[in-house]
Amino acid sequence: MKQAGGWLWRVSLVNLLFLYGPIAVLILFSFNASRLSATWQGWSWQWYRALWANQPLLDATANSLWVATVSTLLALLLGVGLAVGLEGLPGRRQRQIEQAMLMPLVIPEVMMGVSLLLFFVLLRIPLSLMTVIVGHALFNVPVVMIIVRARLRKLDPRLLEVAADLGASYWDALRHVTIPLLRPAILGAGLMSFTISLDDFIVTYFTAGPGATTLPLKVYSMIKSGMSPEINALSALFVMVSMGLIGFSLLLQRR
Amino acid sequence: MKITPPVGWAESRGRTVSWWLLGPGLLWMGLLFFVPLCLVVVISFAGRGTYGGIVWSFSLTNYLDLVHPLYARILGQSILLAAVTTLLCLVMGFPLAYYIGRAAPGRQGILLLLVMIPFWTNFLVRTYAWMFILRTEGLLNTLLLKLGVIDTPIELLYSNTAVVIGLVYGYLPFMVLPLYVALERVDRSLVEAAWDLYATRWAVLWRIIVPLARPGVMAGCLLVFIPSLGAFLTPDLLGGARSMMIGNLIQHEFLVARDWPLGAAISCVLILFVVGMMGWSLRAANPLSQREPES
Repeated sequence: MKQAGGWLWRVSLVNLLFLYGPIAVLILFSFNASRLSATWQGWSWQWYRALWANQPLLDATANSLWVATVSTLLALLLGVGLAVGLEGLPGRRQRQIEQAMLMPLVIPEVMMGVSLLLFFVLLRIPLSLMTVIVGHALFNVPVVMIIVRARLRKLDPRLLEVAADLGASYWDALRHVTIPLLRPAILGAGLMSFTISLDDFIVTYFTAGPGATTLPLKVYSMIKSGMSPEINALSALFVMVSMGLIGFSLLLQRR
Repeated sequence: MKITPPVGWAESRGRTVSWWLLGPGLLWMGLLFFVPLCLVVVISFAGRGTYGGIVWSFSLTNYLDLVHPLYARILGQSILLAAVTTLLCLVMGFPLAYYIGRAAPGRQGILLLLVMIPFWTNFLVRTYAWMFILRTEGLLNTLLLKLGVIDTPIELLYSNTAVVIGLVYGYLPFMVLPLYVALERVDRSLVEAAWDLYATRWAVLWRIIVPLARPGVMAGCLLVFIPSLGAFLTPDLLGGARSMMIGNLIQHEFLVARDWPLGAAISCVLILFVVGMMGWSLRAANPLSQREPES
């Protein structure tokens, strides 16, 4: 088995290189001084500085942050409610509802974008940043629900009995026992949902109205109109911010 | 010592109250997820107006249109590309998942995290990274030219190969995770027993490990196949004019051609495919999932 172990390690290493290589290359070349971006000509910050001077890009960033914040708050409100509420149902019903709620994470994202677009247009709701927020809150509710539920199952149910014995009502117990115990999970879920919203392209693409440009939409149109070193810098920033946020979120979920 | 029965948090109390918590979420998801999906189904039977609007009539025209060789080719190609992606992910992911499953518990967490982190970073940006690497003046061609392996740049970008690379890159973590869960559960003593009975390495793999890991293999394949089949961004950025997939066709009908009923019909075919595959895999995996302890 020793031999097989060495072989396994090598294949695994190739896998990890495959996963991280392109990201590493992207970050490295975002510091490349050359405009012909595939040959290395020394270090430079110029592409990052160019981003800072790009007003439409800054506007798109502001839009993205606004969408991510509002949709995350909405998803937290609805998702935590679902996670806590589900626990009060009999097991069979719990599983049925949970599976139905997970559907948005399973079906291809294009489907979600198209169906939302159809829904908004048929109801004559003009596409705007608001419709993007609604779309993001849609796929983030199940994300929040999963994370909070995972934490909920690790809690000791006797704590609630104690609260009841001490005369707490259901809502008292929720406010003073359940929610405080869930706080790290709720924060983690919030960060996760914020990051997913910040990153989302497809649902945004279908639900954004004119002028409602988010950062990924901007990156997409930049890529479509030709490669440039600025895109490398922007992409590298994107990757680093997402990784930081996700790392923080996972840390919170572990506690 | 009192043994607490396995009741959920708050199960014994306030069942009526919990609807106040569940209600808004259920309503939200119902209104914005399930209602729009039903709308897609309804529209798929409607007709198209002269200027791209929807004419409310019932017909199967949109579905009959899909038999057209052009659409059938895109459908077939999508299934093929998704299948190749799934197979490659399985071949690459299996050894990695097995390695993680056998690592020390502390290292398992770190390795899983390493697999998951790229998945949590922006998909658009990760796809762009491959454009940067694969294009004619890209990194790969520059390196190969410098090393003298090739004389003229090779056309890698805008091809089916590039699409498959992008899809495998995007969805490999989906394969590794369920595989790891299944492989980690495999009883080590069974493998040892096989060794003691002089089984060859292949026999151990094919007759012990793979059958026991089957639920993980199925789950992983499903989790890779479904998003690959419905992919939009990867074929859009990495694929050529002939690499169109279902997702691109749907986008094209909705946003470019403005034939919404036809777009809806294509979407319905995709949904049917996805639901059918999930139903099939749930049924196939059932005897095994029944034995799992309820958590």
